[in-house]
Amino acid sequence: MEDIIVCEGLNKYYSGVHALKDLSLKIKKDSVVGLIGDNGAGKSTLIKILSGAHQPDSGHIYFEGKKVKFKSTKEAMNLGIETIYQYSALIPEMSIARNIFIGREQTQYNVGNFGLMKTKTMQDDAMKALTDVELHLRSPDTPVNQLSGGERQGVVIARAMYFKSKVLILDEPTNHLSVKETNKVLRFVEGLKSQGVTSIFITHNLSHVYPIADHLCVMARGEKIADLDKKDTTIDHLTDLLVNG
Amino acid sequence: MSKNFSLRSLLVRPEVATFLMFLAIMIGFYIANERFLDARNIRIVMGITPEYIIVAIGIAILMISGEFDLSVGSVFALVPMTIVQMVHQGIPPWFAIFLGLMIGIIVGFVNGFITLRFGIPSFIATLGMLYIARSLTTVATAGFPPPFPHILPNELFVYQFELFRASLYWALLVAVVLGVMLHRSNVGNWIYATGGDQNAASSMGIKTGNVKMFCFILCGFLAGFAGMIQTFRLEAPLPSQGYLLELESIAAAVIGGVSLFGGIGTVFGAVIGAILIRFLESGIIMARIDAEWFRAGLGSLIIIAVVFNTYISRRATRIGQNKAKD
Repeated sequence: MEDIIVCEGLNKYYSGVHALKDLSLKIKKDSVVGLIGDNGAGKSTLIKILSGAHQPDSGHIYFEGKKVKFKSTKEAMNLGIETIYQYSALIPEMSIARNIFIGREQTQYNVGNFGLMKTKTMQDDAMKALTDVELHLRSPDTPVNQLSGGERQGVVIARAMYFKSKVLILDEPTNHLSVKETNKVLRFVEGLKSQGVTSIFITHNLSHVYPIADHLCVMARGEKIADLDKKDTTIDHLTDLLVNG
Repeated sequence: MSKNFSLRSLLVRPEVATFLMFLAIMIGFYIANERFLDARNIRIVMGITPEYIIVAIGIAILMISGEFDLSVGSVFALVPMTIVQMVHQGIPPWFAIFLGLMIGIIVGFVNGFITLRFGIPSFIATLGMLYIARSLTTVATAGFPPPFPHILPNELFVYQFELFRASLYWALLVAVVLGVMLHRSNVGNWIYATGGDQNAASSMGIKTGNVKMFCFILCGFLAGFAGMIQTFRLEAPLPSQGYLLELESIAAAVIGGVSLFGGIGTVFGAVIGAILIRFLESGIIMARIDAEWFRAGLGSLIIIAVVFNTYISRRATRIGQNKAKD
């Protein structure tokens, strides 16, 4: 299968700290990649670079075979790379529909970039997007702070699906979730594969990502220390790598 | 059951609580003195209210975006003072109005620039501006308040119709235009998102700095515009005009359900909050209560409104989360 993202020799320094060391990585299309590592392993730096939030100091990124350089998250999103950050993916006080369309509102009577929102269309499309990920919620007008943690991740995933993302980067999506809610999120992510979405699942909890991952990548101290297909490894082996680096 | 739910979701909206409070106060003072609601008193109160409505809307939108502006009271004085002084210097009235309103815009821009560029709380940046703009107003007064130049087109803004002044229609125009912007346009969605969670908003590609800057500028412009209306109504430019208005407009916004933490509030709420304060003031006088009690009443109202809204929103969240657990 072809690679959707290829990273070559990425380096990133933060005021003297070498946060990412010569990282190369290939991510296959329509797969679930588990990116694991302890705190400070460089996972966040890597995803910030892939999502366009930060720029690498050296190295190259290829997306669908073409060399790319993201100056902003917007540029990465326009190509179909959507990142879901741990704490800040949704605005709690805003409705589901408004959250799904933040920054990409459907508008009419436009003057330049500004226009009136097509509220009805946005509500209908929001409901459709939720149903597509098997999330059945009462109303698109419900504020997000009235949803459970798992439902919130579902809304975020529905948003990425609606905007036809090709790659979904999930930063610790199961953190602070109950077992039941975690399973819900894992089901969402598993469902992405069949819809042609590649996901990069970042976590320090191996047991969450192992069941659904096709490929696992272990990081420590800013370096990649293992890059394995699931069939070539075991959970014990990976745990050992994580603990002993 | 579904009817029950929609009633509850309506009560959860903070501006609805404000509106109920408004009705309670109107009825209470009407019982105390029937003349509270006669045409004469409504004419008096609604004659001075529009200026406060306009400032409160600017403050409310800025607060929804997650920032404050303490300089509105000073801008409220500075803009009309410069307009009057420019007319005295021989600048054509309309051009003087244009330049004066530009000063409101510039002050808003400077507030935004200092806050965003140096990453300091807008509370501090605009507190500084409160003193600076007030000082400039006094300096521009040149020691003695200048006379009002009657070549200024003040009738267009404050003409007294049968019951209402022209200024009320200006305020309504501002409310409708900005209400549509805030609640129906994509810019409004960005404002709520920026104030609700700035990190989330910027990770979704919203330029939160630009959004806030827009709100600062809008707030400065509206404060200047409202101050101009007041000077046109009084036909006297006073350097003390708008003293403590910054706190009163924050009060109006908060009573109207705007959150101090950003992300929550409506234009309607701010309008009701501003009207409520003015009728409270009038009602206390009409009920023959010592006018000094106005501030105590206003203070209580602020506290009640915020306690009530906090209680309601906690309850709403809890209802939702219990449902989710089922």
